[in-house]
Amino acid sequence: MVSVGQHENIEILSFSEVEEVSGYVGNFEVKVRKKARYVKEELCNGCGLCQEKCPARNIPSEFDCGIGSRKAIYMPFPQAIPRIPVIDKVNCIYFQKGRCRACEKLCPREAVDFEQEDRILDLEVGTIIVATGFDLFDCTRAPQYGYGRLDNVLTSLEFERMINSQGPTGGKVLLKDGRVPQSVAILHCIGSRDENYNEYCSRVCCMYSLKFAHLVRDSIGAQVYELYIDMRTFGKGYEEFYKRLMKEDVIFIRGKGAEVTDVAERPREEGKLIVKCEDTLLGELRRIPVDMVILSNGLEPRRDATQTARLFGLSRSRDGFFLEKHPKLAPVETASDGILIAGACQGPKDIPDTVAQAGAAAAVALSMMDMGKWTLEPSIAQVDVERCSGCGECLLACPYKAIELVEGRAQVSETLCKGCGTCVGHCLPKAITLLHFTDEQLVAEMQGALLELEVV
Amino acid sequence: MYEPKIIGYLCTYCSYPGADLAGTSRLKYPPNVNIIRVLCSGRVSPELILRTFREGADGVLVAGCHFGDCHFINGNHRTAKRIPILKKILEYAGMEPQRLRLEWISASEGERFAEVVEEFTETIRGLPPMKEVLR
Repeated sequence: MVSVGQHENIEILSFSEVEEVSGYVGNFEVKVRKKARYVKEELCNGCGLCQEKCPARNIPSEFDCGIGSRKAIYMPFPQAIPRIPVIDKVNCIYFQKGRCRACEKLCPREAVDFEQEDRILDLEVGTIIVATGFDLFDCTRAPQYGYGRLDNVLTSLEFERMINSQGPTGGKVLLKDGRVPQSVAILHCIGSRDENYNEYCSRVCCMYSLKFAHLVRDSIGAQVYELYIDMRTFGKGYEEFYKRLMKEDVIFIRGKGAEVTDVAERPREEGKLIVKCEDTLLGELRRIPVDMVILSNGLEPRRDATQTARLFGLSRSRDGFFLEKHPKLAPVETASDGILIAGACQGPKDIPDTVAQAGAAAAVALSMMDMGKWTLEPSIAQVDVERCSGCGECLLACPYKAIELVEGRAQVSETLCKGCGTCVGHCLPKAITLLHFTDEQLVAEMQGALLELEVV
Repeated sequence: MYEPKIIGYLCTYCSYPGADLAGTSRLKYPPNVNIIRVLCSGRVSPELILRTFREGADGVLVAGCHFGDCHFINGNHRTAKRIPILKKILEYAGMEPQRLRLEWISASEGERFAEVVEEFTETIRGLPPMKEVLR
């Protein structure tokens, strides 16, 4: 990330949002709202004094999943690029009560500016790479696991922050009451490979669950139970890691965790969390008492994926992730020319795959720009101006906003049209034809199919 | 008993590969459907469907992608709006609306395609031949 921040050809617009995309491949016009962060980027050197002195403390940190806290002026995490803090208006004492301005007074470079406003940037770009990532499955949607209701039931990301040596607990794994857990259960496939939530496999959970097991064994030596449906260790070196963990005395149970409860039925279950499951290798139902439960929740499309898809003219596959042009032959391109996708916004994937796909998307973008020319699909819509009544129905029908009214007549942008023909189906005066799928061609095909052939 | 002739307008990205899959999986379905490929089910205009009936087709099948699955973002939404209205018009004109059928078949649903064709052919077989209707 640091080298991206320092590259002379890369400009990072953080805390910004794309509002409008128009134009076509090679000539996109993008409207970006650069939100006010109330810190002058050109002056701030990221010393962090403002964060230290800000009196608004104990705000749950989003980056630490609420385990740690942050101030009202903050950087999301220490390695954030660019190293410029932002003021959170909702929690800032000055914005709420009109007094304080401590950061402004203390900033040695006078970079704090409470009068800053949102700016709209108009960018002209040739290609766009959409890499909007994923959301984690919200574990409260699966109440049987007690997340949010029972103490010491954690999501994967919460545990990740907890065991991270730079994290809010300094790498200490602790229960709510401050004890060190003696036993930990890791439940795979929460919200993925489940017809009630998401049918697909999230791909990364098996491996991060194994990593957790290793870290727990390594740091606190607690007993670890892994409850899995199938162990999917598909990548390079992954199977070896799984083998290694089997030697580290991690107990693997083939069977998905069914329920987490705190209702004890036996004396040894008192004061513990009980994981119910069916051990399919033993062929029996089990109750496993543990101190801590980690839910390995799956990956989901971003909550705003619908809006993003509309903004960039992307299609989505049935699972909600963005759809590539072709799963094998064009895995980073989309149905809209010049708009590429990379990373988990296209489907769940781990870091090596994401890096590979991002590299591929960058390479495709560069080759497009290097060519300077673009070959269009031959089947596009054409308007017969003589017949067009200018009703504008086709404008509403077009999924790509490729048609506009020019002097009261429809005009198709040849670069934006993808040739679906929805406008043709909609045009009442039959003024639009779709090349290679014209009415005459389809009718001739249909007449041929209906021809009675006499067999001699 | 007669052998009905059915024209199927199938979209390139979902239903056409779906039909292809039915073939490559060696599923058996009646040979009464003649498939015509269109880029998107949204391309199938009401006039084209009416013309197909006028040329003597006993049934018309329009198949596209499932909602949210369309390669062309939402071309199939237009089809979904259009077909029920056209069915009403067919009924008004004294034709059986069952002759027109709209289905969502994805590229992985070869079995579904075979099922739909089987069912639809049976339905059409129960109706008088279009030739007699047109006469």
